[in-house]
Amino acid sequence: MSDREEEVRLMKGNEAIAHAIIRYGADGYFGYPITPQSEVLETLEEQMPWDTTGMVVLQAESELAAINMVYGGASTGKAVCTSSSSPGISLKQEGISYIAAGELPALIINVMRGGPGLGTIQPSQGDYFQTVKGGGHGDYRLIVLAPATVQEMADFVGLGFDLAFKYRTPAMILADGVVGQMMEKVQLPVQRPRRTDAQIAEQCPWAITGRAESRGHRNVETTLEMEPNKMELNNHRFQETYRRIQENEVRYEEYYTEDADYLMVAFGSVARICLKGIELLREKGIKVGLIRPITLWPFPEKIIREVGQKTKGVLTVELNAGQMVEDVRLAVECKVPVAHFGRMGGIVPNPNEIVDAFYKEFPEAK
Amino acid sequence: MTKEEIKKNGTVVAAKPRLITDNQMHYCPGCSHGVVHSIVAEVLDEMGLADNAIGVAPVGCAVFAYNYIDVDWIEAAHGRAPAVATAAKRLNPDRMVFTYQGDGDLSAIGTAETIHAANRGENIAIIFINNGIYGMTGGQMAPTTLEGMKTATCPYGRRVDLNGYPLKIGDLLAQLDGTCYVTRQSVHTTAATRKTKKAIRQAFENAMAGRGTSVVEVVSTCNSGWKMSPVKANEWMEEHMMAKYPLGDIKNTVK
Repeated sequence: MSDREEEVRLMKGNEAIAHAIIRYGADGYFGYPITPQSEVLETLEEQMPWDTTGMVVLQAESELAAINMVYGGASTGKAVCTSSSSPGISLKQEGISYIAAGELPALIINVMRGGPGLGTIQPSQGDYFQTVKGGGHGDYRLIVLAPATVQEMADFVGLGFDLAFKYRTPAMILADGVVGQMMEKVQLPVQRPRRTDAQIAEQCPWAITGRAESRGHRNVETTLEMEPNKMELNNHRFQETYRRIQENEVRYEEYYTEDADYLMVAFGSVARICLKGIELLREKGIKVGLIRPITLWPFPEKIIREVGQKTKGVLTVELNAGQMVEDVRLAVECKVPVAHFGRMGGIVPNPNEIVDAFYKEFPEAK
Repeated sequence: MTKEEIKKNGTVVAAKPRLITDNQMHYCPGCSHGVVHSIVAEVLDEMGLADNAIGVAPVGCAVFAYNYIDVDWIEAAHGRAPAVATAAKRLNPDRMVFTYQGDGDLSAIGTAETIHAANRGENIAIIFINNGIYGMTGGQMAPTTLEGMKTATCPYGRRVDLNGYPLKIGDLLAQLDGTCYVTRQSVHTTAATRKTKKAIRQAFENAMAGRGTSVVEVVSTCNSGWKMSPVKANEWMEEHMMAKYPLGDIKNTVK
C-alpha cells in the first residue's frame, strides 16, 4: 500500500512511532538501543527512509551522543528526534536542558520502564517527576504528551513536532512500556514531504545553516550568557513561552464526569484500565468519573479543580509510588480527599484491583 | 615606514583576517588560541567557505570561539562537539562543519564522542588544541598533562601511579579506519604556523571532499596555566610537550 495515503495497520506502539516520524517528514532520528523501545530504531532502520524521504537515521554510541546529535540537528532548523527508555532518558537530561535553553524544537520519546536504577524492562510511569518537574538542570519545562493508545503514539509524533516548532521548545512523548509494546489498530498519517532549505530558512530564521554572508548576519546557537542581567532576561523569555503554552495547550479527556460523585485521574495505559474499573463500579450504581490528562505539562489543573472539587473524593492511579497525585492534590486545593493507588516494579493493575483500591479509600461509597 | 607604505610595498605577510571579528579577545597574551583562530578564519575565507561553514565550539577556553570567527556557530555542551557536528554535517552534507576543542573537552569528557565520530568517518574537521591543562577553569590536570607537570589538581606534579599516563589521543584516533588525516602541529614559530595553516586547509578540503574525519592537533601553550611568560612557555613546550607529542603527520591517507 502506498505511504501517500492514510493507512490502517496493526502494529506495536513503538513501530507506530517510527512510521509516524518518517511520515511527518522528519529530517533525522538519533537513537540508542534500550528495552522496551528498541523497535523505534529497528523499524526506522528497516524502513530505510534515507532512500525515500532523505531522512537521516543514526545509531549513536550512547544516549548522551544521541541527544547531542538532536541538539546539533535542531540547531540547523531540522525536525529531529530521539527515543529511549527511563535509564537512557536520565542520560539525556543534560542535552534536554541545553535544547530547552537553546530554544530549539525537538521531539524526545520516553517509553518508560520500572526503576530506579537499572530497574526492570517492564512498564512503569516512574518518570513523571523527572519529566514534568525538570530532570535536567535549570528552570525549564517540557511539553509532555502522554499517549494511551497506539493511535496516540502515532498522532502525538506530529503534534509533538508541531508544538515544539510553534513554541521553539522541546516536547516529550511520555509513554509507558504497555503502550510501546502492545499491538493495536492504527491509522498512519499521510506522508508529508520534508521541508526544503528555503522553507527552513523562512520558518527558522535563527537556524545555523552556514549562510552567514547571504543572510547578511551570522547565527550563533549558544546557551551561555555571562552577564547576569542578560541571563535573567533569557530566563524571563523562557518563562513567558511556558506561560503561553499553559494558556493554550492543555489537553485532556473526560469520561462520565457530568454526574460523578467520585473522580479518578490517570494517564497513559492506566487510564484505560481505570475506565474498565469505573464501568464495573457504575454497574453497582457508584457514579465515578475519569479525567485523563493528555498533556502532563501543561497540567489540566483547571478541569481537575472544577470537577474534583464537586466530588466526594479523588483517586489517582499510577504505575509509580505516587507522583502525579501531588499535582492532582494541588489542583483540587485539598478541598476533597485525594488518594493514590499505584503498582511498581513493572506490575500493571487489573480493573478489579482498581475497584478494590477505590473501595478501600472510599468505603462509604459501597 | 607607515602602515600604508608597508602595504604599498607588498611586504605584508600577515594581517587581521577578514573573518576575525572586532570583539576583544579574552585569551591571555601569549596563548596559542589567537593564532589558531586566525588560521581557521584565513583558511575558511581563502577556500570560499565563509558562507558555508558551521563551527562547533567546545566548553573550555575556546567556548567563546563564536565571538571571534565570523561564521555560523553552535556552542556544544562539554565534550559533545563531535556528536553535535555529526548531526549538523549529516543533515547539511554540503556544509563545512568543523569542531574546535581543547584537550579537556576532546580527550577527557568527550572521548567517546570523539572516537565514535572519527570511527564513523564523519566528514568533519576537528581542530584540537593540546596544551596539557584545563585553561578556562584555572589550570587543572588534563589527560594530556605531562608526567611531573604541576597543575592546580596535581600541585606536586602528575603521578602516573595515581593519575595514569598522558593520553596521546592523536595517535589513538589515527588507528581508526574512519580518519583520513591526523596530524600534530604547533604555532610557536612562523614556520610552524605556516605548516599548521596548510594542515587545517588539508583537513577542510578532506571534509568537503567527503574523505572522512580529519584531526589537526595543535600542541599549544597555556602560559597563564603553566605560570610562565609567553617566551618561556614556548621554550618549555618545545622541550617537554613536543618530546611527548612530536610534531608531524601521524596519518595521511590522502597524499
